[in-house]
Amino acid sequence: MNRSHRLGVVLTGAAAAMSLVVAACGGNSGSSSGALQASAPGVTTKTITIGSHQPLTGIAAPGYDEIAPASNAYFQYVNAHGGVFGRKIVYKYLNDQYNSSITTTVVRQLILQDHVFAIFNGLGTPTHLAVAGFINSEKVPDLFVASGCACWNNVSTYPETSGWQINYIREGKILGTYIASHFKGKKVAFFYQDDEFGLDGVKGLDYEIPASQIVAREPYNVAAANPAAEVGTLTAALKASKAQVVVAFAVPAFMALLRLSELSLSYSPTLVSSDVGSDPITLSGLLNSFAKKTGNFGAQLIQGIITDSYLPSLGSNDSWIQLFTKIHNTYIPKLPMDGNVLYGMSVAYTFVQALLKAGRNPTRQSLLAAVNAGLPQGVSVAPYAYSSTDHDGITGAYMAEVENGVLVPLGPVQVTDNTATGAVTTYSTTQPPAPTSGIP
Amino acid sequence: MQEFVEFTLGGISDGVIYAAIGLSLVLIWRGTRVLNYAQGGMAMFTSYIALVIIDAGGSYWLGFVVALATGLVLGAVLERAVVRPTIGKPPLNAVIVTIGLLILIEGVAGIIFGSRNRSFPTPFSIVGAKIGTFDLGPGASPSAFFAAGAVLAAAVLLALLFRYTSVGLRMRASAFSGTVAQLMGVRVGRITTLGWALAGLIGALAGMLVTPQTFLYPNSMDSIFVLGFTAAVIGGLDSPVGAIVGGLILGVLLNYVTGYVGSNLPELAGLALLILVLMFRPSGLFASTATRQV
Amino acid sequence: MTQARNIGIAVVAAVLLLVLSSKLDSYRQYQLAQVAAMVIAVAGLTVLIGVSGQISIGHGAFMFVGGYTTAMLLMHLNWNLALVIVASAVVAGVAGAIMGIAAARLRGPYLAGATLMLAVALPAVAYQWQSVFGGDQGLNFVVNAPGFLGQNFQLTEWQAWVCCICAVIVMLLLANVLHSRVGRNWRALRDNDTAASLAGLNVGVLRVRAFIVSAACAGVAGALLGMTMLNVTPGAFTLALSIQLLTAVVLGGLGSLAGAVWGGIILVLVPPFLTDFAASHGLSSASASVPVVGYGLVLIVVMLAFPTGIQGAIRRLLGPVEPAAAAQVSAMARRWPLLRKPAAKPATTDGTDDISSIGVDEGRN
Repeated sequence: MNRSHRLGVVLTGAAAAMSLVVAACGGNSGSSSGALQASAPGVTTKTITIGSHQPLTGIAAPGYDEIAPASNAYFQYVNAHGGVFGRKIVYKYLNDQYNSSITTTVVRQLILQDHVFAIFNGLGTPTHLAVAGFINSEKVPDLFVASGCACWNNVSTYPETSGWQINYIREGKILGTYIASHFKGKKVAFFYQDDEFGLDGVKGLDYEIPASQIVAREPYNVAAANPAAEVGTLTAALKASKAQVVVAFAVPAFMALLRLSELSLSYSPTLVSSDVGSDPITLSGLLNSFAKKTGNFGAQLIQGIITDSYLPSLGSNDSWIQLFTKIHNTYIPKLPMDGNVLYGMSVAYTFVQALLKAGRNPTRQSLLAAVNAGLPQGVSVAPYAYSSTDHDGITGAYMAEVENGVLVPLGPVQVTDNTATGAVTTYSTTQPPAPTSGIP
Repeated sequence: MQEFVEFTLGGISDGVIYAAIGLSLVLIWRGTRVLNYAQGGMAMFTSYIALVIIDAGGSYWLGFVVALATGLVLGAVLERAVVRPTIGKPPLNAVIVTIGLLILIEGVAGIIFGSRNRSFPTPFSIVGAKIGTFDLGPGASPSAFFAAGAVLAAAVLLALLFRYTSVGLRMRASAFSGTVAQLMGVRVGRITTLGWALAGLIGALAGMLVTPQTFLYPNSMDSIFVLGFTAAVIGGLDSPVGAIVGGLILGVLLNYVTGYVGSNLPELAGLALLILVLMFRPSGLFASTATRQV
Repeated sequence: MTQARNIGIAVVAAVLLLVLSSKLDSYRQYQLAQVAAMVIAVAGLTVLIGVSGQISIGHGAFMFVGGYTTAMLLMHLNWNLALVIVASAVVAGVAGAIMGIAAARLRGPYLAGATLMLAVALPAVAYQWQSVFGGDQGLNFVVNAPGFLGQNFQLTEWQAWVCCICAVIVMLLLANVLHSRVGRNWRALRDNDTAASLAGLNVGVLRVRAFIVSAACAGVAGALLGMTMLNVTPGAFTLALSIQLLTAVVLGGLGSLAGAVWGGIILVLVPPFLTDFAASHGLSSASASVPVVGYGLVLIVVMLAFPTGIQGAIRRLLGPVEPAAAAQVSAMARRWPLLRKPAAKPATTDGTDDISSIGVDEGRN
């Protein structure tokens, strides 16, 4: 081509590159460069403070108490590498013992006394339901609730609230599709927590598994005085129904009790579990006293559990796992590198994605707008559903099996929606690798 | 039919634990007229001691023995240090002190051992026995038989102690009337301490037996304690036999209700049973004192 | 005169609290509302335990009843708030009556055991009938400050006002009851129920009445707590709450309404203080357990060192003259006219009163 054309191409390329750079620096809020301001409650020129409620003690604590420290580890990594536009993230998470009345008090403390910028990753379905109304009435962004209840996707009632992990209805549909195709004609039973968590999961399962296959439904009360006795009785009922496949929507402590009861009743159905209760390291930790002493104790008792996952498998050693393992070894070496730590870092990564999009001087409105405009797929295997009308997070997962203490993928990533008729389809786009800097 | 057998046997093996807690409460009540709300907490703490030993490489039985010995010592120490000063003061003070002890022990356990759920071993298999293909359920596993046997042995040994030894005679005397016993030369203080020590031992035993199913964490014995207390009240706080009978009835009833009615209702059933028993016998099933007409 | 004095104290207290609440920030107003609600519950329980001599480790269950009544009335029937609070008191009172009747013959640890099981079992109702009670997530509802206060009136300030006013009213009512015949009969019952029965008091009815009054107070407290949190869940009314109420009663001072105020303050303000203390001293991993250890130590130490609780310790510090005792003497004088100076008799004697016999009578009492 002639010289002027080549010059034109070069100039156009340069202009495009410069505009990209300007756009990246300027972000969503429109202000390009300039001094940092204390642009919102919880935002100073040096820090951004966010808050959360987490079960650090109590019945839900096994495993879940690692999530917030893991998120904090990722934030510290980001802080050590320049922060978000030079500001350090301060993560204040308070213990609510999975008790809704304590949640109410600590969230009021975070918002009314500590003036946090946003509530991040509040954990628990019943606990967060107790405070969602208050957080929304105070117009505080309520991002990435650590619960798969479909209730967080309610833009008219809870405009500030959004979910992150795959919600339980979607999860039920994906698990149910797998069961319907791989266990045709077999008897299926449900073991589930008697609240929104279990009920939403069962709803999804019912959309996909033919009703004729379902022989028993055993809900458990998470607040029972003697959980072991309760689960023992329910497992006896499962056994009496002669179910060959048991689908469980249960927290890790109750999953472990289920396995123990099955063992004591000499009952070994195929166990399919929600992602919530199937982290191999947590489960084997709870069970290790019961397995024969062969090195990795509890792994024997969880061999073969089928579950789903929406994050890269810990055994795959892909770029995301390498990044997070490095951060784990630096900041939280005492915690096991398990599914809960992976979860905590992944959701923190997503929050930093949103924060970067919110601009140099973020406000609560700009943070919310960043999520409403959609977030690019990051650490999850399936895309997010975020839009101004949809506050659901991850839309899909892949089936996996627990083998020798690690999740091994069984099939491709599948995506679906929350409705009874929406199909479960394969999602074949490869997941983007982790950024080399580790920061979105 | 199989379910019924499984529920019944399972209920008995649960009930044996409630009976053990109830037994330790009865022991303390008879001796000092104090209700030890910290009993469950003490059992949790001794289980942690056992776990420390087992994790360090010791055998289960070493941990078992150390736990029981710790229970013995803990009971004696707590009685001397904290409960003794409340004797003679309004009984409510002793209640608050033992509640304070419970809270303190749970907090200390959380600080020393952490609050994560820990897996806890059983010495025997938890697989239920079968008769041919008829499965008797987890209540008929070697582990359950061991639990029942241990509690029964403890109860029998206590009964022998009370009836045939001079120490036992002195304990019964000071429970019946401390002043008279003192006048007869019984060192009531030492006897009281011994009573608390024995109760600590039995509580530690209950802890070792039930913790495999509850997992071990600072609050793991809270609900078990409530059920043990209920068992003791149903049976009559003065009657060791009552504690055992009360525990068995409660265990079986709760299992039936969970299995046949619903998993939310066993506690309500327990309340109903308690109220029913107490309305007709206000001092429990095996109460020896005449009930008041007022 | 005691009546007038009590009303005076109540009015002054109400005004002070209203002024205080307007000076506080939003979070402290929320805490003030919680303190006021807990004071009501502790006051009711201290009447049951300290005045009528019964025990209950289950008053959280009556707070549960009051809280859920409030939630359901506000959600489904949208009644006026004052009416809702009264209704909650009534329903909780009925529950107290049922429990009181069932437990009328129970003493000491048997009563403790029955109330303990009540505290554990009653919240299970919320799980069983989930469509009505909402299960684990409970019931969420909305409370708004009334229109006449203006559009932008802080909700937390309104909540603090409502709770403080209710606390003042309840304390006034309780003070009246305690000074009345029923109160005296309760004390007689507490001190020796056999003697009380022989003296003609209906022990069973008295015991049930005490349960009703204390349960109604707990019901109001539960209603107010729900109103400040804008939801009720089973997790808000656990056994731990019942135990905390009991410890607050005894720490504050058994049988004393002023002690109930101390108890409420301790219950609400000490745990977060201890948590912050632990976190700020770098004990973050154990920070969940440090407040627990602190509370346990406080209970043990206070019970061993100050068996009559905080209010009792204060009374001892302030000196031996007990205004309560003087009030009791004058109350007795009203009740038994023989102790009073007789009215002017027809002048057959020299007109002087026979004081010595009065003195003897009083002495015997």
